[in-house]
Amino acid sequence: MDPLVIAGTSYSSRLLVGTGKYKDFTETRAAVEASGAQIITVAIRRTNIGQNPDEPNLLDALPPSQFTLLPNTAGCYTAKDAVRTLRLARELLDGHSLVKLEVLGDQQTLFPDVVATLEAAEILVKEGFQVMVYTSDDPIVAKRLEEIGCVAIMPLASLIGSGMGILNPWNLQIIIDNARVPVLVDAGVGTVSDAAIAMELGCDGILTNTAIAGARNPVQMASAMRKAVEAGREAYLAGRMAKKIYQASPSSPLEGIITSTSNTIANN
Amino acid sequence: MQLTINGQLQSFDGQMSVQQLIECLSLQDKRIAIECNGEIIPRSKYPEQILGEGDQLEIIVAVGGG
Repeated sequence: MDPLVIAGTSYSSRLLVGTGKYKDFTETRAAVEASGAQIITVAIRRTNIGQNPDEPNLLDALPPSQFTLLPNTAGCYTAKDAVRTLRLARELLDGHSLVKLEVLGDQQTLFPDVVATLEAAEILVKEGFQVMVYTSDDPIVAKRLEEIGCVAIMPLASLIGSGMGILNPWNLQIIIDNARVPVLVDAGVGTVSDAAIAMELGCDGILTNTAIAGARNPVQMASAMRKAVEAGREAYLAGRMAKKIYQASPSSPLEGIITSTSNTIANN
Repeated sequence: MQLTINGQLQSFDGQMSVQQLIECLSLQDKRIAIECNGEIIPRSKYPEQILGEGDQLEIIVAVGGG
């Protein structure tokens, strides 16, 4: 066993998945199951008043009794809105305090506003929330968020929903090396190799939504993503070979190679 | 009585509790959380909390998101 431990709770899966952008809740459920994820993110939104009282509810498809729900603050552009959203989420989920904080700073790039994120994190930690925080890949900001008391640091690999992959493995490596809480890549994973690369670097986990929901076959991609995260983790633990730049090294023994004693080679 | 619910102005007859409002909106048995004038209303307080003229309510649910 090699569990992911967040705020004292152990999880066997290192893949966290989002629940947005699926065709319907049946597909969401099937993809979540195929991913093996135990922690799944949800968004908090105003309910439709007076419209279709029989409208299916996400929490019926993915009940909190079976999954650890991670309410997010997607779409919040101020610390105040993010804090308010998570207070409502805590009430909705019967006092559940593990949350994903994100405070965005720009509608085009969805880059996090790290100043507002720090501000919100401080308030939420004081109020007893266990904060998993989405941030840029700035190692100093990551450190500050950890010092505030966030239980996991979740730097972007590239822009939310872009699928552009790991753009700056060097910064991620610095964040991983310096962190004493789990580091999860959140945002930017486009396909399984991106997840594997992040895990090989030593990330503790991956959070992805669009890479799965946006695939032609989301359920199959969810299954593939599960394997990639597991494979990347195992490779990290196994410790990769050293890279030897411009230095070939044969895998087969040099002794006993069949060599010709003359320069004559039979025609065949 | 007028209430602003999720940003929309709505009229109701007479005074009512949060619980009565929920029933009026057919939201009973739904997984929701409610904020009134910026304060969270704990579920246990729904029957006793009486709404007042002009109250601003937010009623939220969980939806798919990343």
